[in-house]
Amino acid sequence: MSQIEVLKDRKSQIHLKGSEPFEMTCDRHSLSGSVSQRACVFCGSRVVLYPIADALHLVHGPIGCAAYTWDIRGALSSGPELHRMSFSTDLQETDVIYGGEKRLYAALTQLIDQYQPKAAFIYATCIVGIIGDDVAAVCSRVSREKGIPVLPVHSEGFKGTKKDGYRAACDAMFKLVGREDTADVSPFSINILGEFNIGGEAWIIRKYYEKMGVQVVSVMTGDGRVGEIGRSHGAALNVVQCSGAMTSLAEMMQKEYGIPFIRVSYFGLEDTAKALYDVARRFPDNPEILTRTMDLVKNEIRAIEPDLKEYRKDLEGKRAAIYVGGAFKAFSLIRALKTLGMEVVLAGSQTGTDEDYRILEQMCDEGTVILDDANPVELSKYVIEKDADLFIGGVKERPIAYKLGVGFCDHNHERKIPLAGFIGMYNFAKEVHSTVTSPVWKFAHRRRRV
Amino acid sequence: MLLRHTTAAVAERSALTVNPAKTCQPIGAMYAALGLNGCLPHSHGSQGCCAYHRSTLTRHYKEPVMAGTSSFTEGASVFGGQANLVQAINNMFTIYEPEVIAVHTTCLSETIGDDLPQIISKARDDGKIPARKFVIHANTPSYVGTHVTGYANMAKAMVDYFAEKNGVRSRAVNIVPGFVEPSDMAEIRRIAGEMGITPILFPDTSNVLNGPLTGKFAMYPEGGVTVSELTRSGSSKATVALGRLAAGPAARAMDVKCKVPCHILDLPVGLKKTDEFVDVLRQLAGVQVPDSLEVERGQLLDVISDMHQYLHGVKVGIVGDPDQLIALTDFLVSVDMIPVHIVTGTPGKKFEKRIREIVKDVPHRVNVSAGGDMFLFHQWVKNEPVDLMIGNTYLKYIARDEDIPLLRYGFPILDRVGHSYFPTVGYRGGIRLLEKILDALLDRKDRDSPESGFELVM
Repeated sequence: MSQIEVLKDRKSQIHLKGSEPFEMTCDRHSLSGSVSQRACVFCGSRVVLYPIADALHLVHGPIGCAAYTWDIRGALSSGPELHRMSFSTDLQETDVIYGGEKRLYAALTQLIDQYQPKAAFIYATCIVGIIGDDVAAVCSRVSREKGIPVLPVHSEGFKGTKKDGYRAACDAMFKLVGREDTADVSPFSINILGEFNIGGEAWIIRKYYEKMGVQVVSVMTGDGRVGEIGRSHGAALNVVQCSGAMTSLAEMMQKEYGIPFIRVSYFGLEDTAKALYDVARRFPDNPEILTRTMDLVKNEIRAIEPDLKEYRKDLEGKRAAIYVGGAFKAFSLIRALKTLGMEVVLAGSQTGTDEDYRILEQMCDEGTVILDDANPVELSKYVIEKDADLFIGGVKERPIAYKLGVGFCDHNHERKIPLAGFIGMYNFAKEVHSTVTSPVWKFAHRRRRV
Repeated sequence: MLLRHTTAAVAERSALTVNPAKTCQPIGAMYAALGLNGCLPHSHGSQGCCAYHRSTLTRHYKEPVMAGTSSFTEGASVFGGQANLVQAINNMFTIYEPEVIAVHTTCLSETIGDDLPQIISKARDDGKIPARKFVIHANTPSYVGTHVTGYANMAKAMVDYFAEKNGVRSRAVNIVPGFVEPSDMAEIRRIAGEMGITPILFPDTSNVLNGPLTGKFAMYPEGGVTVSELTRSGSSKATVALGRLAAGPAARAMDVKCKVPCHILDLPVGLKKTDEFVDVLRQLAGVQVPDSLEVERGQLLDVISDMHQYLHGVKVGIVGDPDQLIALTDFLVSVDMIPVHIVTGTPGKKFEKRIREIVKDVPHRVNVSAGGDMFLFHQWVKNEPVDLMIGNTYLKYIARDEDIPLLRYGFPILDRVGHSYFPTVGYRGGIRLLEKILDALLDRKDRDSPESGFELVM
């Protein structure tokens, strides 16, 4: 495996710390023919908007796009669950020839009559962009007739990368902002952005803020509601998690409504504590918030520290490989793995920016491999070369790790337990411990020769 | 109640699919291409298509699934995808070194009118395809057919590109399995082997998508039909297609191209349909059915007779792909069960006719839909409840809401294992299906029986 070469044009997207000056290319379109782990614009929009549970999500296109995104993300809702249904205009050949607008209109009106959603998102897929359906016109017509916001999402798959899909989702969502009354919004209030309530994570984070005495006006989009987004412009601060997904919405809200934003991460003890302190310090007029935050952080960490120490005993010195969607998540993971005494030997992301990779490079030890938009051959090559004990990634990486005889932790849609917040760090340690120390790897060939 | 919005009243829906019972063609083409040894499937479209197909196949098989993509940009969508595909072919042969690249189209590349044969010949003329390496293609627009026809198209492409007749008829028999599990493909090969036939089986995903943990990552696992076998297949004495929709087109193409006579059968699921398969093999091999298979058949019959009182009159709702549903309905009827609701997402008039024929003596009204969805199926179930449902993982929502036992069968199965390893075709597959049906029914009976009627021996 070690003699496997990487594509020549890919070399600028791979960096080995310590071996060369830092110079990485990123934010570029994937090379044709590369077995990339990336998805498309539609995918980006779909994952961001999907958790808004009282909205209708209609995919305008052939059946595949709706079929593959039917309830694939464990974004929990405490109430309505309309988002877990799969609605498609299921375009056929005749629609491709004559246009799909009539079909879209018929599907949309029927769905709104039946489900009475608070708003509707209409996702344009590749084909819609090519045949030239005027999705926006159909949306505004239906919006007038039905009296709810009907928002086109310009998510044609070929129009960029997943990141452009995040932006298209934010553009659509921004049209919902400012529609509701903000009279009961406290001056000590925030919106949580870029938190999708996978495994109930948004609930954990929301509870922290409430304990601190900070009002959460909306979570975008975890356990999301159209009405909450409508009054989100009343909040004093936008707290944005995740590098790419929702920064553009925060920027638009800053420009339009003058709401400042900060970037945070809720993953790992250090990052969670920092996030809560950063928010508390934004409200100097209410010093009690900071006092309560200090108590909260102290109590939460005290509660899980003994368990973390136990896990750390077994995990000290083990090697981890990370390949995730956004680079921001990789930063948190590196810190969290260090908390557990583990060493990061590979770090990569699908959509990192130049700045992201510079930070990543600084955080990592000598010899760490840094990858942008990697493929399975590269991933397996470095996992073996670096003799990793743990792989952290998404659905397509899991079986590769297992084939290599390496433990795996899903840090993407398919995680079942909350990994955010202090309790999330405990869950993460527990999961990493259980997979790294699993007896199954003793039977795997790679371990036998060691 | 996740599906609490589902109403019992069935309304006409002409422009809307809710909770689909199908997906698009390209994923079927990708699956079929994985059944070709040393093949790298390639999705000629946006990056997302390929990622979704790989993710779905990975969730179903719990195996790495490799495929390339042309990664369409806005420019490619305006000026055509030729440059992307030629570059992709070059890159893939250079670094991933497949024997074959199997390209399938998507809605995007079909609509902009990319001419695949022309692009492939350009790649060859430009020297991008190394000697003794191949690029094949299938047209699989997502707005036509379903994953089943996508599979059929790629299986047919294997014939179109590789099958040759050399003037001499060999003793070999080609077998084209439909869109079934790797375990089923291995079982079909085994049954043929018992009859003394070494088949050229294509596609063959066994040892590709149910491989062992080796400590290594194999870009191209050992299984799959080879190019040399496919080349020889044109000289075989016959082709047997299992599944009219998914396997029929490849067998007919072989007949037209190389004059290899074809036998197009249903999937060998259950007693009667396996009998039909075995009988055709017997005639082709000119042998008696061996004792080994007679014993397996007898064992299946034995299980049916042992448990027939628990099967009698059980009402079943099934969702799946046409080839599977036809064979399964036949099996259920033959063991005295009553298929009440039958839905496939794949449109086709012949399907309903075949099903009506199979259920004509069933003493009950049977609902059939070709081109239906899970929402319609759920409405039917609300109007007339069933004792058991059989279908893919997406039925679990209905199973939970309506409290009906579910047997997972078909594609995709995202939440259980076993399908990759244990076949449901052949006599032994019939025993496994019955075991699963009875487990589901009797577990439910044990759960729901009053204490007085809770039985130790069943």
